[in-house]
Amino acid sequence: AFFWLVSLLLSSLIWFIAVKASDPKDEPLQKGLLIFGVMFSVLLQEAFRFLYYKLLRKAIEGLVALSEDGCSPISIQQMAYVAGVGFGLMSGAFSMINLLADALGPGIVGIHGDSQLYFLTSAFMTMVLIFLHTFWGILFFHGCEHRRWWEITAVVVMHLAVSGSTFCNPLYVGSLVPSYLLMAAAAAWAYLLSGGSAQNLRRFLLCKS
Amino acid sequence: MITFMNNSDSEEEPCNERTSLMSAESPPVPSYQDGLPASEAGEAQAHRKRRTGGSRSPNNIADGDMSDSGVPVRESALENEEEELTLKYGAKHVIMLFVPVTLCMIVVVATIKSVRFYTEKNGQLIYTPFSEDTPSVGQRLLNSVLNTIIMISVIVVMTVFLVLLYKYRCYKFIHGWLILSSLMLLFLFTYIYLGEVLKTYNVAMDYPTLFLVIWNFGAVGMICIHWKGPLQLQQAYLIMISALMALVFIKYLPEWSAWVILGAISIYDLMAVLCPKGPLRMLVETAQERNEPIFPALIYSSAMMWTVGMAKPDTAARGPSRQTWDAAEDGRENHRSPSHTDSQMSETNSPVPTRPITSFEELEEEERGVKLGLGDFIFYSVLVGKAAATASGDWNTTLACFVAILIGLCLTLLLLAVFKKALPALPISITFGLVFYFSTDNLVRPFMDTLASHQLYI
Repeated sequence: AFFWLVSLLLSSLIWFIAVKASDPKDEPLQKGLLIFGVMFSVLLQEAFRFLYYKLLRKAIEGLVALSEDGCSPISIQQMAYVAGVGFGLMSGAFSMINLLADALGPGIVGIHGDSQLYFLTSAFMTMVLIFLHTFWGILFFHGCEHRRWWEITAVVVMHLAVSGSTFCNPLYVGSLVPSYLLMAAAAAWAYLLSGGSAQNLRRFLLCKS
Repeated sequence: MITFMNNSDSEEEPCNERTSLMSAESPPVPSYQDGLPASEAGEAQAHRKRRTGGSRSPNNIADGDMSDSGVPVRESALENEEEELTLKYGAKHVIMLFVPVTLCMIVVVATIKSVRFYTEKNGQLIYTPFSEDTPSVGQRLLNSVLNTIIMISVIVVMTVFLVLLYKYRCYKFIHGWLILSSLMLLFLFTYIYLGEVLKTYNVAMDYPTLFLVIWNFGAVGMICIHWKGPLQLQQAYLIMISALMALVFIKYLPEWSAWVILGAISIYDLMAVLCPKGPLRMLVETAQERNEPIFPALIYSSAMMWTVGMAKPDTAARGPSRQTWDAAEDGRENHRSPSHTDSQMSETNSPVPTRPITSFEELEEEERGVKLGLGDFIFYSVLVGKAAATASGDWNTTLACFVAILIGLCLTLLLLAVFKKALPALPISITFGLVFYFSTDNLVRPFMDTLASHQLYI
């Protein structure tokens, strides 16, 4: 969570500088700067995920060195999951919490002509992002562990795609549907990477031992 | 300060300490390895002996044998295990401290957001006489710096006074001081707080009920903090009084003075704990020399002490007896009551003293805990509360400060595990908190607002 926060800080710093340095009246330029800010922020988030992976790697090495039986109390997969959850929760909290606070107060959604589904779609979008961050954490760490760069680039590309799809808002079908599809794909991929299989799933669902 | 709790004799004298992060170390028993706190070794054994959950090496030691042997045999092969246990229990202690700090902050933020009273400007403390209602920025800055200097010097004077009292064994005076300040905190501030909360929610309460509630709350609190009580209740009371104190600070400190004071106090904490002549360090060392615990009323402890007697017939028959850690001895006086002259902060800042193992025939099994001074709680909550009160970005800033403070606490505990001595808990967390507050409020907020208005997600 902290790492995500720092990445957000740096990316907003860049965006802020860019905005201050540019003409506030120029609408397309502001929109362009915003798009640039979003993309840059996504790249920075992934960079910080990588840094976090490096830090956790060092920590695991330290734990293994200290332990008696040569294995650390927490595996890299668990750390990947936790890292993903942390990123997701922080990102979700920052996206949603002001909305929730405003939702407590009086008001009518979309009274000025905006979409009336604002709160609902925000909630769904936040949820899908949190899940996605969790799965991306697993995929990313797995890719770093096994030196599969295509997995890492896949995660980055997916993140850029999801963020980019939100540019379609308020045409929600353009952003929510692809995001959910991507989430399903990422979920299946992460599940398979974590050692799951169709057999495991069937056994679990049918409550066999 | 954060300290590790070690075994020590129960002391009746309360100690006032400034809050700081301290790992209390007991004087090493000769048979133990140098550099490791003796209780850590004893605890490690006890852990191996008894802990089912935490122990990772049950096959290493014949548990039954260890409990019978009086003197634990230290071997270098066990050193790694000790460190590993330190790290592992260090992680547990991080969690044990996260919960109370989070609770305190939640109480403060919830109150700030709902009760109007604590964000209204109704005058200032006598410790911050310069007003900030000046027309020019430079004048305002100057006033806040002067306010800070006055406040910090008051705190320094109080701390030095406290250390002198402790050094010259004026325990009764300290005890009385602590009791007086916790009395005021528990009764007067609770009365005001309850009154404001009831006003906010428009709930009517008659005076007899109010008297009953406050009397019970205060009396139980006094007993819990200064004498004996269940650990959870004591922890809850300490959290509540820290929150009350933080609320008073948030209300009565002017804007810029509050931020400058936060910065200055973390620098002071750093110096007071780490410099050889620092008052807090002297306090901790004196407490360790005398094998006394530092005032319980000023320190939050996360665990209890078990004593198990070994190798002595009477003690062996005793079995583990659970004692609440701070109930008896330490007075926690950490509340800074602005109207009090006591430097409560100093008291809360003191780390909890470690209890050294006095005889190695008697292995004391101790649920090792970490102690954090109440002043640290108070200042963390002041930072987060001020962020909630004054930031225009509302919840994002508050959340960012909260995460920053917790990460700072984590780092400090990590350093504690590495250095194994008293450490100041304020500097890292407050620095992170301040950095994140100002940057989130000025940089992240416009970015997030623009993103939210276009419903873009990053």
